[in-house]
Parts: sequence; structure tokens; C-alpha cells
Amino acid sequence: MTAWEALADWGSLDTWIVVTAALAAVACALPGTFLVLRRQSLMGDALSHATLPGIVLAFLAFHALKEQGWIAPAWSGWIQHGLVFVGATLTGLLCGLLTEVVIRAGKVEPSAALGVVFTSLFAFGLLLIRLAADSAHIDPGCVLYGNLETIVTDTVPVFGLLLPRAVLLNGAVLLLNLALLIVFYKELQLTTFDAALATALGIRASWVQVALLACAGMTVVAAFESVGSILVIAMLVAPPATALLLSDRLSGVLGWSCVLGALSAIGGHIAALIGPPLLRSALGWPELGDVSTAGMIAAVSGGLCVVAWIAAPRHGLLRQVWNRAHLRLRIVAEDLLGLLFRIEEPTHPATGLSSVAQLATAIQAPKWQVRWAFSELKKRGAVTMSSDGPTLTDRGRTLAQQLVRSHRLWEAYLATNFQMSNPQMHASAAKIEHYLNPQLREELAAELAQPAVDPHGATIPPEEAARR
Amino acid sequence: MTDLLRLLTLQDYNTRIVLTGTALLGIASGVVGTLMLLRRRALIGDVASHAALPGVGVAYLVMERFQPGSGKWYPGLILGAACSAVAGLVVSQMLRRIRRIKEDAALALTLSLFFGLGVALFTMIQGLPSGQAAGLSEFVFGKPAAIVASDVQLLAVACFVVLLICGVCHKEFALLCFDQEYALAGGWPVGALDLLLTALVVGVTVLAMQSVGLLLVVALLVLPPTSARFWTDRLGPMQFVAAACGGVTAALGVLLSAAFPHLATGAVIVLMGTLGFVVSLLFGTRRGVVWRLRDQWRLQRRIGLDDLLRGIYELLESNLVVNDDLTAWPVDVAALERTRHWSQGRFPKLLQRARYEGLLRSDAHGQWRLTAAGRREALLAVRRHRLWELYLIHFADIAPTSVDRSADAIEHWLQPDLLEQLETLLLERHPQLAVPVNPHEALSEGVR
Repeated sequence: MTAWEALADWGSLDTWIVVTAALAAVACALPGTFLVLRRQSLMGDALSHATLPGIVLAFLAFHALKEQGWIAPAWSGWIQHGLVFVGATLTGLLCGLLTEVVIRAGKVEPSAALGVVFTSLFAFGLLLIRLAADSAHIDPGCVLYGNLETIVTDTVPVFGLLLPRAVLLNGAVLLLNLALLIVFYKELQLTTFDAALATALGIRASWVQVALLACAGMTVVAAFESVGSILVIAMLVAPPATALLLSDRLSGVLGWSCVLGALSAIGGHIAALIGPPLLRSALGWPELGDVSTAGMIAAVSGGLCVVAWIAAPRHGLLRQVWNRAHLRLRIVAEDLLGLLFRIEEPTHPATGLSSVAQLATAIQAPKWQVRWAFSELKKRGAVTMSSDGPTLTDRGRTLAQQLVRSHRLWEAYLATNFQMSNPQMHASAAKIEHYLNPQLREELAAELAQPAVDPHGATIPPEEAARR
Repeated sequence: MTDLLRLLTLQDYNTRIVLTGTALLGIASGVVGTLMLLRRRALIGDVASHAALPGVGVAYLVMERFQPGSGKWYPGLILGAACSAVAGLVVSQMLRRIRRIKEDAALALTLSLFFGLGVALFTMIQGLPSGQAAGLSEFVFGKPAAIVASDVQLLAVACFVVLLICGVCHKEFALLCFDQEYALAGGWPVGALDLLLTALVVGVTVLAMQSVGLLLVVALLVLPPTSARFWTDRLGPMQFVAAACGGVTAALGVLLSAAFPHLATGAVIVLMGTLGFVVSLLFGTRRGVVWRLRDQWRLQRRIGLDDLLRGIYELLESNLVVNDDLTAWPVDVAALERTRHWSQGRFPKLLQRARYEGLLRSDAHGQWRLTAAGRREALLAVRRHRLWELYLIHFADIAPTSVDRSADAIEHWLQPDLLEQLETLLLERHPQLAVPVNPHEALSEGVR
């Protein structure tokens, strides 16, 4: 089966898988954003491990009740889910609580305390699983990897429609999270960014923290059974961390992390569908098995983060490179303008600076940058090219004059206020000339009582060029 | 019973092998974990172990591809795991470089990304005919029983190398942990040392994966050092305690799970470590909770006794003639109880305690009197209180009506030499003050 055939085979099962994963991802992204902003990202990892004993105990309790005949068969599905839900949420809270106790009572570093508590709880859970293996079948692997592929086997009729239970569960948690977010938006925002101000205003930061943990724990648990704990850890952290690269506002970050979560669910399932056929044909190894959708969704959410890191509009790597190149171009162009202006001055000793190579040596920039800057300057109408080299236009002369004025004013300022050698003054002025604006120049000139010449005796040109 | 004896005397070859292997691991991870804990990177081990998973899968696939059936070659899997763990840590460092992503998010991101990839690879492997029997899941959940004699040799060599490196670079690592800026300024190769330490963590993590499983490796790296922190404040001893703790808990875990085959060994090892942690948390000589609570309780009692004796003095003071013997007067206990708000049931306990310490005596008629020792203590307590009240009135310019409270809080902390200084200071500035009389009276006399 080729990759395209695998995609063309898309059925209602695939749709339900994507819908469930997307619901879980969006539900996780909401509390996840706050965990990431509060620098508690590892809490997700800890919570998903620490809830294991709660889940196992809930299973045991369920089976004990069932054997006693206290559970009506019609309700057994819901009761089992409910018990697991409660048990896991409670152990999640217990994890947070114990961590706090260890931090306070033992003065242990927070991340180490978290490590102590969640590994202990997880080990306890594993022990329980082995002990309980006879009475209840629990597969620890199922908790880890989830069983997205089999969610349609467990359906519930809703208004005549058969919906997978996992969809309802994750959808309900998503709605609850949304409602909590809308009601407590201000409190969450305030305690996240300025806990001290929040406390001063009468908002209990510690209560908000506990509520957030409970909320995250509940979401983790709901997502757990259907999508597994790996995906939960990824969904709590990856979309919000990626969203932070895409937006500077809390609402924007929340929105983006929901979108990214849903995108990774779709992309992950598609990757899980087409990846194995592609690999099989690429490696010529037909026995290779299918891949778990949960694992691929986690990988895709990480991949989205890498894409955002490279291509994010404001904080991306490409944008940074672009900004740096732009700045470099501006500086080289301005250096050229300054040089051409100085050559025009009657006092200038150097002659015969006309070729690109000579100009490049004079301003200590690579030739390609000089060519690049020239084309830019010509485009802006600051320079014209003739047979005996470049000359400034009026427009270019004004720009150059302001630049040279900045340079010489700054040198004059340094000479009046500090003891500096000529090379030092020149180096400083060569840097600062690119950043002085008209207002600053005016203030500098006023401060120095409108000087006519700089410390080397060169004339400081006026702000506006005289028309020729 | 004979089985248990056989087990405890290590007559079983298998148990001996597994015990030696895991104990060695415990020792090595204790030593390395201490350094990571002090560097505040305790959870690096968690990231390394999760990040190692895709490496195991890739190594298996590569080996199976080139030589079917060789996929479970242990050193190959370990090598793959180590490469991928290093890659994971490098990725997390790169993510850390993005200003917007903080350290914890970078770690969690790497962890989930690599673990996701690893799980995807593992499910793929399970489709292979050899994959079902591959038993790669022991890397996830751990299975120390899989350790064989050749592995123990590998572990022993690795453990020796780890200890050797830690011993040789002890000073450098200490510098790195406690004052990285100083190390940088002093020209130490901080980057290289950091890399070496990371390599050690990855090594220990990867080796421990097989026995406790990748999900619990971090416990080996975190539990012994945090336990050791409660017993000592010095790096060398702390590493030693952590190593001992790691070794002993691992050995205990193996023994227990050998005695009760139902128990999951990895989990038992970790739970033994947890037990060690709880014991250290409670009874550790340096920061143990029990000792701190005891000190706090003793302090509370001393404060209570001080308050009691001062109350008695102030009660008797009203009908006191100069140089009259305080010990002769009976104390009106009911009035004493009304002088301040004692918490429920505290007052009678304090009375009994004061009698037990020989500060008070009661006769057959149920009348309480101060003893000579009690009188001395009471005078001291009153003097401390009033000196501080005077100080507050005259130097801190606080109203006489409100000094009682703050003097109450501080009087218990005044040391004898401080008291002397206070007295000299007060007499210098205000020679007319009779110290230590009741400042309220002194002041009202002055006004009059």
C-alpha cells in the first residue's frame, strides 16, 4: 500500500481519532499555557506519571464493586471512567501537595522535590499494577501510549448518534476548561505575570496555583486513557511554547496554542498514516509495522515548534537574520554616503576613490556588501553613477550631511566631556552616527553651544544642505 | 525460610549478579546525581532517559536491517541510546537559546518530542516478525533480571570510570556546582567540564535504563542525593552518603523483589530509595524535620516558662516590700492564669513543667511558690522584658502603651552580653532611670 492509498483510505475511524486527539490537545493547551508561563512545564510530566497509582486504585475499586454486584451493567462504563477520573485527579493533587511539603519541610530545591515525589508515586503505581495483575487487567503500556486506535469500540448513544466515549469526555473537559478560563481570566493573568500585585489586590496566588494544578490534573486524566501520557506531556508544553514564539499577548498565545494543538493532531495522524508506507518503500523493508498516532502527534507538535523557531514572524530565526542583514546594509550604505560627502569637502586629502574595490577598502566592508548598498542607494535616488565614479545627488547629500554632522557633533561632545584619544573618539562616533536622530543632534548642538568645528578642526555641516 | 536464608546469604548466582550490577549502578548514580542536584539540574536525567528511547529503536532497526536477529545486541542498543540522549540534551540546550523558551519548557519539549518519536519507532518495530520477541519494553519499565554476568562486567567498568572521573575532577566539579562565574573568570574550561558532567549523566542513565526502566532512572539520580543532603553540608561526604544510599537501596530492592517475585524490581528499588528519603527527611542530622520540630518545641516551652515566671513576678510585685523574699509569697494561680491568653490546656502543663524543672514548688495546701532558682529566672525574665521596653520608649520613640507587645516578642532572644550593652546604654543616656523597674511607673513618675 502506498502513502496515497493509505490517505485515500481515510474513514470515519480516522476522523474520530483526529477529533479526539484535537479535543484533548486543545483542552491541554489551555492549562498548559499557564504552566509554561509559570515555568512549571515539567509539572505535566510529573502529573502524568504521578496519577498512575490513582488510576490503578480506581480500577481495583471498580472491580471490587463489580464483584460485589453493586454496579449496574448499564452504568459500568461511566462508573469506571468516573472512578478513574476521581482517583487520578486526587493523586495529581497529592503530587502537587507532597512536592510543596517536601520543598517546605526539607528545604529541597523545587525541581528535585518534584523528581522525588513523582518518581515515588509512579513506582508505587507500577508496584500496584503488578500486585493487582490477578484481579484486574491493567496494561501499563496502555497508560503510556494510550489507545487512540481503538476509541470507536467504546461508544455511547447521544440523541440517537453513536459517539465515542473519549470524544465526549475530552469535549466535556475542554468546555469546562474554557469556562474556567473565561471566568478566572483576570486572576490567572495577574497571578501568572505579577504574583505580588495579585496578592496586594487580594487574589490568593496559592489558591489559583492549586486550582490550576487541579485543572491540569483533570485534563491530563481525561486525555490519558484515550491518547496516553506521552501525548499529554507534549500537548501541555509544545503548543504553548510554540505559541510564545508567535504572539506577544496572552490571548494570542492561548489562541495560537489551541490552533497548534489541533494542527498537530491532524498532522500527526496523517504522518502516522503515510509515514510507514513511505519508510517501507524507501527502505525496501515490507515487514515494518504501523506507528502509533499518539507518538507521531507528539513528534509533529515538536516539529511545529522547530518550524516556528525558524520562521516565526517576529521572533523567528529567519526574521533575526533578515533584521541583522538589513541593519548591516543600512550601515554600509550610510558609511558610503559619509565617505562620498567627505571626498566632496575641500579639505579632504584623498583623491581617486572611485572604484568599488577602493571604496570597500576605505570603509572596511566586503565588496559584495558595497555593491549591494550602492544598488540600494541608487534605488533611493541618493547616488548617481557616472564614468568617474559615484556622486551624491542633492537628496543623498542631505542624508550624508546629517550623518557627518552626527559624527562630528558626537566627537565634539566626547572631547568636551571626556578625556579620550582621537582614535577612541572616532571609533565611538563611527558607531553612534547611525543611531542619532535629528532631535538628539539638536540637543547635542545646543549642549555644545552650536559648535562650528569638531576636535580635528573639520567643519560641522548644518542640518539642511544648501541647494546647489 | 531456607529460601530466604539462601537469598540473604547470596548463594543464588543470579541474585548475586543482579545485586552486584544494580548496587554498582546505585553507587555511580548517587555520585553523579549529587553533582546534578547541586547544579540545580536534577531533572536532566529524566530528559536524558526519555530522549534515549528513539536511539534504542533506531539501533534495533539498523542492526536488524543489516543482520536479522542481531537486534538485541546490548552494547549496540546502549550506544544508540547514548547517542540519542546526547542529541536530546543538545536539542534542549539549543531550545534554551531561544529567549522566549525557558529552561523548563525546553526540557519538557525535548522530553516529549523524543519520547513521542521513540514510541512511534517502537510501535513500528512491533510489526516486525522479530519485534514481538524483542522485549524492548524492558527499556521502558525495566527488568533487572535481564542483567547477565557480561553486563555486570560492563557495569563494573563503567562505574569505575565514573568514580575515577569524579575523583580526579572533584575540585573542578565542585567549582562548577557552586560558583560557575568564578570558574569562568578563573579560566577553567567550564564548557568542557559541563560536557563531561553531561556525558557522565547520560552514561549512568543509559546503563540504568535496563534495570529500572527509563521512566524511573531519574529516581536513581535524584533520590540518593536529596537524601544525602539531609545528613551533611559538605560535597565530598555528601557524594559518599549518596553513593552508599544509592547502593544500599538498590541492593535492598533487588533482595526484596527476589524474595517476593510478585514485586516489580525497578519499582521496589525506587520505593526503597523513597523510604531512604523519608527517613532522611525526618531524621537527617543536618536538616531533619524531627530535630527541627524538637528544637522548635523546646523553644516554645522556654518562652512559655519565661512568660509564666514573669507573670508570677509581676503578680507578686504589687505587694512587695523592698528586699522582701519573693519565694515566701504564695502565688494566686487563678489570677496568674488571667494575666495573659494561654492556649487551651497550656497553663497547667507549664505549671507542672516549672515544678519539674525546680522553678516552682507546691505544698500540701495546693499553694504555689517560687523556688530560689525560679526567683532568679523570674528576675532575669522581667529584666529582659523591661530593658527592652525602656529601650523602645527612649530610643525608638514608641508609645509606652504599645511597647509591651513588641517586648514580648523580643525578650526571649536577648543574650546576656546584649542585655549588658542595653543597660549601659540606658544608664548613660538616662542616669535617672532605675533599671530594671517597671518602665510604665518610671515614666509616669517622670511626668509627675
